[in-house]
This record gives sequence, structure tokens and C-alpha cells, in this order.
Amino acid sequence: MGWIRQLVSRRRRYDDILVSVEEHIVERTEELMSRGMPRKQAEQAARRAFGNVGLIEQRSREVWQWPALESVLGDVRVALRRLGKSPGFAATVLLTLAIGIGANTTVFSVVDNVLLKPLPYPGSDRLVSLWLNAKGGGLSNFTSGLQLSPSMFFTFSDHNQSFETMGVWAPRTSNVTGLAQPEEVRTALLSDGVLQTLAIPAALGRWFGQQDEDPRGARTAILSYGYWQRRFGGDRAVIGRSIEVDSQTREIVGVMPRGFRMVDQDFDLLIPLAPDRAHQKLAPFFLNGIARLKPGVTIAKANADVSRLIGVWMDSWTNGPGTNPHYYETWRITPDFRSLKKQVVGEVDQVLWIVMSTVGLVLLIAAVNIANLLMVRAESRQQELTVRAALGAGRARIARELLTESVMLGFLGGVLSLGVAYGGLRLLKAFGPTELPRLHEVRLDGFSLGFTLLLSIASGVLFGSIPALKYARAKASDALSGSSRTSSSGRARNRSRSVLVVSQVAMAMVLLVSAVLMIRSVLALRDVQPGFRDAGHVQTMRITIPQALIADAEMVTRVQNEIADKLAAIPDVSGVGFAASVPLDGFDANWDQILVEGQNLGRAEPPMRLYDYVSPGYFAAMGTRLVAGRDFTWTDNYTVRDKVMVSENFARETWGSAANAVGKRVREFSGHPWNEVIGVVEDVHQHGVNEKAPVIIYWPVMWNNPYGPKIVPDSQRFVTFAIHSERAGGEGFLEQVRQAVWTVNANLPVAGLSTMGETYEQSLSRTSFTLVMLAIAGSMALALGIIGIYGVISYAISQRTREIGIRMALGAQRGELKWMFVRSALLLTMLGIGVGICAAAGLTQAMRALLFGIGPLDPLTYVAVPLVLGVAAALASYLPARRAAAVNPSVALRNE
Amino acid sequence: MARNPEQRDLFPGALEMMILQSLRVKPMHGYALVQHIQQVSEDLLRVEEGSLYPALQRMLKEGWLEAEAGISAKGRPTRIYRLTDAGTRHLEREVAQFERMFTGIARVLAAATA
Repeated sequence: MGWIRQLVSRRRRYDDILVSVEEHIVERTEELMSRGMPRKQAEQAARRAFGNVGLIEQRSREVWQWPALESVLGDVRVALRRLGKSPGFAATVLLTLAIGIGANTTVFSVVDNVLLKPLPYPGSDRLVSLWLNAKGGGLSNFTSGLQLSPSMFFTFSDHNQSFETMGVWAPRTSNVTGLAQPEEVRTALLSDGVLQTLAIPAALGRWFGQQDEDPRGARTAILSYGYWQRRFGGDRAVIGRSIEVDSQTREIVGVMPRGFRMVDQDFDLLIPLAPDRAHQKLAPFFLNGIARLKPGVTIAKANADVSRLIGVWMDSWTNGPGTNPHYYETWRITPDFRSLKKQVVGEVDQVLWIVMSTVGLVLLIAAVNIANLLMVRAESRQQELTVRAALGAGRARIARELLTESVMLGFLGGVLSLGVAYGGLRLLKAFGPTELPRLHEVRLDGFSLGFTLLLSIASGVLFGSIPALKYARAKASDALSGSSRTSSSGRARNRSRSVLVVSQVAMAMVLLVSAVLMIRSVLALRDVQPGFRDAGHVQTMRITIPQALIADAEMVTRVQNEIADKLAAIPDVSGVGFAASVPLDGFDANWDQILVEGQNLGRAEPPMRLYDYVSPGYFAAMGTRLVAGRDFTWTDNYTVRDKVMVSENFARETWGSAANAVGKRVREFSGHPWNEVIGVVEDVHQHGVNEKAPVIIYWPVMWNNPYGPKIVPDSQRFVTFAIHSERAGGEGFLEQVRQAVWTVNANLPVAGLSTMGETYEQSLSRTSFTLVMLAIAGSMALALGIIGIYGVISYAISQRTREIGIRMALGAQRGELKWMFVRSALLLTMLGIGVGICAAAGLTQAMRALLFGIGPLDPLTYVAVPLVLGVAAALASYLPARRAAAVNPSVALRNE
Repeated sequence: MARNPEQRDLFPGALEMMILQSLRVKPMHGYALVQHIQQVSEDLLRVEEGSLYPALQRMLKEGWLEAEAGISAKGRPTRIYRLTDAGTRHLEREVAQFERMFTGIARVLAAATA
């Protein structure tokens, strides 16, 4: 504690020293005067005898100090005072740094939270996603691999030797009625083992156990924390109460804690999957598998273990009498398990790393600019520094002072940047790509703060060390002679600044090339005709009719038909239809093979095709063009007459042209009746405009369901309506839509209200986000680069004013003088562009997956960007050059 | 401590020892200390101010001295330095050590001349 008291009493100690020393000198003076010396002489003699008063006082004070620290603090004070004297400079630098570092902190927080941190489950490094590949199944369009079937779950969980626990789950939506307005909620169907695998205990009540998975047992449900708060006000007595889910009564047995998510999904309700072991077949494949590896088991071992079980699975189950259970051998199903984190993070890591390196590069450019500014400042202090060096200040001492100033700038910039980062994160959460996983987890934490601190100090050292190195080693003789009146500035002086400008231009080149590549990709994407039109005026809305509400299949379609009629009667509605899945909604209604009459494939299996189920008028409402034939009618639906429509690419591929397709026949299974192709519609980019439009087979919403023991007419219970209206998206319109639905059936929740325009923009959000980030970075880089060039040229001109005067006095033409400066700027730019092209060609390879319609070496980009940079550099240098050439020679020579 | 290069500081601590011994006689201010040492040593030793003031601060920090506001011989405000008990103990220890060392040196020198 002594040191604290010492610190407090220090001020008094310093006063003591001053008083003692002062008295000492006065007393000595008086003594000398008493020997007859005049006052003035006596004073001088006394001081001379005493020695360096300031130094002695300093040494005396230092006894009470921690000398190294205090002298650094002294430097800091000096630096602060110096900055205070040039507020313009300080503000520029701090603002640049705050934005540069803030952007880096923002993106780093996202990268850290999304990519680096483990998933929020205990022991999450042992969690794996049970991903299956089925390369032989024509599943090239399945972006999520082959999902698991309930029978696979039984086989794998009965016989595996690799997992502590495993389970399967599937996201769904369900209708909840009886609480308030009917509401569609997000549910997850869970098998036994899912919660045990994730190992997050319930906040209230219990997990699902074996008894909940009994298909004939009691029906239960678990609430999410959010839903519990929203619908039950966080009432702890909710356990044991019942809730109507899809018109079935379920008992609430638990509440999950706040922040718990089903892997990458938010949900409102968890519901037991309860598959019936007695009635399982090999198919269907619709479940996500997760497992917790036993300690010491690697993913490779688990793959080998489960790959042995594929055969067991085919031996244990069948798809029904007369089918070959080993048919799936042709699919070549192989386990390709991956860590759950990899599954959650998906492909977004690429975007994030690109954005991270982009903002990093911008900060680097900014640091180079600041180094340039600091060098100009150090230049103007050259005389002072030289004098100090001549008086014996060590190089290290001078370098330390210069570095202190820059590290302090970096540090202050870092502090300011926290505000920028905070705002940036909020912006990112509001406008970032919707598919960015784990975005809700992102916050500024200690790790991000540490990163900011490190970055601020590192950038301070980076931009400070260049002038510090340069000026600390300057020899006194050089500096004193270099600035003498009779010579112009030396070449060596500008060299380091030129190197900085070249590197700035090169970095700007990389960023601009990346930005332009993204712009061209987005333009190309927007050029793609998605297969629907006037998207901003197409309202979409989901309606699900559960079995328990309306059991009869035809009745379901009739209710949907009635809703469509009511919607069509709303003023300004020009078209209404519905389909099992609409473009870009991320949901595939069905996949299967399609057999074409008269087509002989030999032993080859026909490929899997995407199916959709559409109502009459759906294509017209969506703006999908009918290429040949006709649309479905309601009569086609209710009479279930085996009609089908196909996409244009399928028609061309199979029959040569769209017109040829009409009247041809296809079927799903051999031995079943043929279906007549009545119409062909244009290709629709169902999975996004960046993917090739898939072949789609369109069935009526009421069709002959071939999947049961016998073929029966069936309907689609889960459909999305498309309503074409000028008023789409307006609140009044939405209210009319809801009322129209509820006049037909008041128990139907209206969900997923959106316009196709919004859906379309969302599907491009990853690309648009990258574009916006790169465009901002690119323009900042361009601006900083121009400022850099301008600064170097105008500084060079100010240094060479005398030389200009001499040249002009000797008869140099103004035009030539201007050209001389512009030429030197262009030379630097050329060098920078040269380096930049090489760097860009290498670095943009990493963006390949984000580009669309162009390669990373797109020639137009590589011509346009250097051109823009060249013109910008010429302009940036022309302005100061013109000023230089306008100088009056006599004034120039008298300068300084 | 010595202005004259021939009058070197003999060993570290000598200045401190002399300051402590002088203050044992009576509390003094800085200038008086310089005068006192000069007079007592009959001009053989002169304390350099560059060493005196940092040394005084070191000794204050060690707790051997106390400083108090006071008036100089000429009636001006200054700081008077006074020996503390710790300072007295330190001085006695130092003097004892010095005497032992001095005896040792004297014996070695005597042996060399014999």
C-alpha cells in the first residue's frame, strides 16, 4: 500500500524539492554578494556552481517515480498536447481508425461467434450430423444429402457401436388453436434420443422419454422458452396443461430453457415423432439425424460402423410386397457424417472470411494512409528532431516518442471504434444475410474487445513504425544539409512514401476487382428470368389443413378452392392459385422418378425429378408463362383424371419441343395408369436464380396417391397461396386476406405472409450482403488511394517549389511541368496496378463460389478497374500539378 | 561527490553517511549541509548539488530522514531535514561497517610497506 501513499504525497515532495533548490541558490547568491560580487554576477555564479537546475530537480523527482513508465506517460502527455494542437489531423486519423477498426471488430465478432465458438451444447465437439450421400440415386439436386427414414433410425439406433445417443428430427409447422387466434407455429418432431444427444436439460418439467414415443401412448409436447413466455406469460403451472396442436390435444410436459435451439432452427413446440415400428417401410427419407459420439470414436470410425448397417437396414425392411428391398443398392448410400457445427455453419464461412479479409484490407490501406500523414508531420518536425539528435537524444528515445504518438492514436481510435462496432453489429443483425446461422448469438464479448485492443495497438505500431524507423535514423548532417536553401529535396526522401502509395493502389485494386466481380455477378443474377413475374405484387400465404380438422381428402381441396374463390373476390385481385411448394420457399414437395411412355432406358435407372402439386390458376397468379397446351381445371382435379403438366426443359429433353410434349404420357411407377401431359410451362428456378432451373413435374392438387397399399385420390394439406394484386403486402390487404380465409374456416391460421418480391430478395441476400460489403470496402479503398496519391504528389510539389521556379526561369513550359508530376503519379499507379492485378488474380479465386455468370478472371473487370484507378490517379495528381505550374518563378525562388 | 577529480567518492554510501552524520549533529537545510560538510572537512570535501538533492530524496524514501517546512538562516522558507530513528540505526550500522573496512584497508597498506 506504500506506493499509493507515495503517489498521493508526491506533489508535496516535488514542491519540497523546488523550495529547497530555490533557497539553496538564493543563499549562495547572497553569500557571494556579501563578498562584494554584484547581484547579477553572483546569481550567475551561484547557478553555474549549482549545475543544471532542471536536471537535478528531475533526478530528485525520479527517486519517487517508476522512471520507465513515467517517462512514457510524459511522452503520452506530449503526444496528446501535440494532437490537440492539430485537431484536423487528429480527427481525420481517429475517424479513419474508428471506422476501420470498428468494421474489423464487427466482422470479427461475427466470425468468432459463428465460426470459431463451439455450439452451445455440452461436449459439442462430439456431436455429429448423420449425413448420408446417395450418389447413385440421381440426387444431385439434394443439397442436404439423403435424409434418414424412420426405418433407418430404428436400424441405426439398434445396432450402432459408435454413438452414446442418437436421434432423428424434422422441422414442421403446426396449427395451434384454442389459445387466441388460430396460429401457425414452428414445431420440431423429435425421436427418442434427440434431447439426450443435445444434453440441455429442460428448464421446467422433463424431456421426452420412451413413453412419449409410443404411437398409441399419451400425446405430449414441450414448449420453447419464447413460446412459453408469449402464450403462457411464463406461468410455471403450465406443466400438465393441454394444448390443441393440429386439432389434437397434447399435454405440456416440459419447457426448454432460453436460448435453446434445435440445432440451427428456432421452434415454438417440440412434439414426439412417435414412429410406429410395426408399419415402417424403407422410405420415406425426411429426417435429420444427430448423434453424440462415444469418447474416442472418430467420425471415420462412425462412418465405417454405420456403412455396415446399410445392408442390415435393407435386409430388415421392405417397401411392400413385390418390391426389391435391395433396390437402394443402386443409390450407393454411404455415410458422410460431419461435425454438427459444420452442418450448422454451412457455406457461410466463405462469405465471412471474404468479408473479414476485405475489412482487414481496408484497415491496412487506412493504416498506410495514416503512416503517410505521420511521415509528413515528422517531416515538418525534421529540424526539431535533428537538433534533438545533435544534442544527444538517442535514436531509441526519438523513435519511442514517435511511436508513442502513433500507438496512442491507435488506442484512441480503438476506443472510438467500439461505438462503431456496436452500431455495426446492430446493422448487421438487421440487414445481414437471413441465412447467416447463429446470428442471434453474436455479441461484443471479451474476446472481441481483446481483438479490438490488439488490432488498435498493432495498427498503431504498424503505421507508426514507418516514420519512426525513417526519422530516428536520420543523420544530422543529411537533414541539415537536405533542407538548406540552395538545394531541392533529395530522391531518397520520397521513396518510402512512394512505396506506401504503390501498396495502397495495389490493395485498392484487389478490393475494387472483388467489388466489380460481385456487381457483375449480381447483375447477371438479376438478369435471370426466375420463372415468375411481377414478384412485388404476388402475395404468398401458407394454409395447412390438419387431418384432425378435415379428414376427407376431397373436402380439403374443396375448402382450399373456396378460399381461392373468396380471395379472388377481394377488390384488385387479378389472379389466385396455390401449390404445395412455391419457388424459393426452401421446401420441395416431393421427389421421384418419372417413366416416359415409349422411352427405353435399358438397365439405367431414370433420374429423380422434383414434383410439385398446383391448383388451376396458380401459374397465371405467379406469372409463370404457359408455353404449350393448357392449365389444369377444377374438373381435372375433382374427377382425378390422371393429367400432368411438365416444365419446358423436361419437354425439350424428352420430346424435342414443348409443343411435342402435349398429349404424351408419363407415370411414376410401372404398372400404374399413364398420365397425360396437358400443358408445358416455362422453367422455374425453384431453388434460387443462381442454380440451374430443375426439371419439375406438376401434378394437380388432387391426384391419385400411389404410395398407399392401393391408389386413392388424395389432396395436399400443406399449400401456399399466390395472390396477384396491386395491393400485395399492404396491411389493409392482408386483413382482407385473413378475413377471406376465416369466413371459410375460422380454425385455419394464416402464416408465412410475404410477397414473392421479398422472397426473391431474401434468396439473394448472401450475394447482396457480400456485394454491399465489398462495394463499401472498394469505394473506401478507392477514396483512400486517391487521397494517398494526392497527398504524395502535392507534398512532392511543395518540396520542389524551388526546383519548379528554377525550371521555369530556365524556360520550362507549364504543360511540361504539369505532365512531369502527373507522369510520376501515373508511374506509381501503374506499379500498384501491376502488383494489384497479380494479387487480385490469386485472391479472387477464393470468391469463385460466390460468382455467377463470370469467372474470377473476368476480362472486362480487369480492364475496367485499372482504367478507373488510372484516371483517378491522373486527376488526383493533376490538381496539385496545375497549382505548381501556376507558380510565379520569382515567388518560387524566393520561397523559404 | 567531489568537484575536484582528484577527490573521488571513495565508495558508494560515503555521501549518505556524511549527510546522516551531519544531520545527527542538528537538523539542517540543503545549503547548510553543503556548508557544514565543507567546513568540517576543512575544504577537503565539497558536496556537489547534483548529487545532494537526489540523495536526500532517496534517503527520505528509505525513511532515514524527515523533511519539514522551516526557515533558513537568512529567514527564507526552505525544507529542514531531520534524522529519524531508522536513520540513526542505519548510520551506526554504516559507520561500523566503514570502520571495519577502513581498518582492513589500513592493515593491508601497512603490510605492503613493511
